[in-house]
Amino acid sequence: MRTIMLSVPGWAGHAAGQHLDVRLTAEDGYTAERSYSIASAPGEALAITVERLDDGEVSPYLTEELRAGDEIEIRGPIGGYFIWTGDDAATPLLLVAGGSGVVPFRSILRHRHNLGSRVPIRLLYSARSLPDVIYQQELDQADDGVAVIYTLTRQQPPGWTGHAGRADRQLLAEVAWPAEQDPMIFVCGPTPFVEAVAAGLVGLGYPAQRIRTERFGGAEGS
Amino acid sequence: MTVADESALDGNAIGGLLFEVFGTEMTAAVAVCGSCGAAGPMAETVVYVRAPGTVVRCRACAAVLMVVVRRREQNCVDLLGLAALG
Repeated sequence: MRTIMLSVPGWAGHAAGQHLDVRLTAEDGYTAERSYSIASAPGEALAITVERLDDGEVSPYLTEELRAGDEIEIRGPIGGYFIWTGDDAATPLLLVAGGSGVVPFRSILRHRHNLGSRVPIRLLYSARSLPDVIYQQELDQADDGVAVIYTLTRQQPPGWTGHAGRADRQLLAEVAWPAEQDPMIFVCGPTPFVEAVAAGLVGLGYPAQRIRTERFGGAEGS
Repeated sequence: MTVADESALDGNAIGGLLFEVFGTEMTAAVAVCGSCGAAGPMAETVVYVRAPGTVVRCRACAAVLMVVVRRREQNCVDLLGLAALG
């Protein structure tokens, strides 16, 4: 896992939740392109957080070979749906992250902080183990009104009092805002994670129109 | 949510490609399926990027909405499965 700061001349700024595409071109002209969520808040220096995938075409280069000062080709910012602007101060947010699906939510939480927003946010973050949690120090110092709830699916440290196992319907029912509060819900993670969480939320009575999802591939699970 | 397998992504993943094709942000645009009439944001469609080309399917009925194939630096776009997009 590596967070990379990008300096982009003419960058027009981005919204919390957006992503960008990185394109690498080999000497023989072969190109590989991948999308990465933007980890920084609007107005902050542009940053992405990249998880290394052993069989990846792009992430091993970004996490291990890229050096400060190198140039890469990017396209963005991208997305106008899976975003949070902070304009709606009355609607609580539920954020559900699987693995590196937490990256766009880091942007949302920092945006909330920078705005001085008081929108209540709950982040349910499913990770394999505690060392797999990204931004843990930052998340553990979250502002008032922000609750971060971890569930560790594969391994829990000795004395762990948090949740263990999948973000199933029972855990979602425990963590999610009551449906009467009409929360806005964002779910981001590997495809099977998002499918399971979205189905669980719909089963609990949250309208599909209030659930925004973003899926990514290639991850080992969460 | 009946058609997606583990290799499927969603319309967010092709936001960059859609921008390239349409010249504007399209993930929040509403796509109407020509087969079943389901309407929803492009971001919530089922997308396969590892097919030959990029295939976009309806999340309700799995019908093909859109296919984009890249050839010699040009995108060939088939929108015949869409009743409306905007």
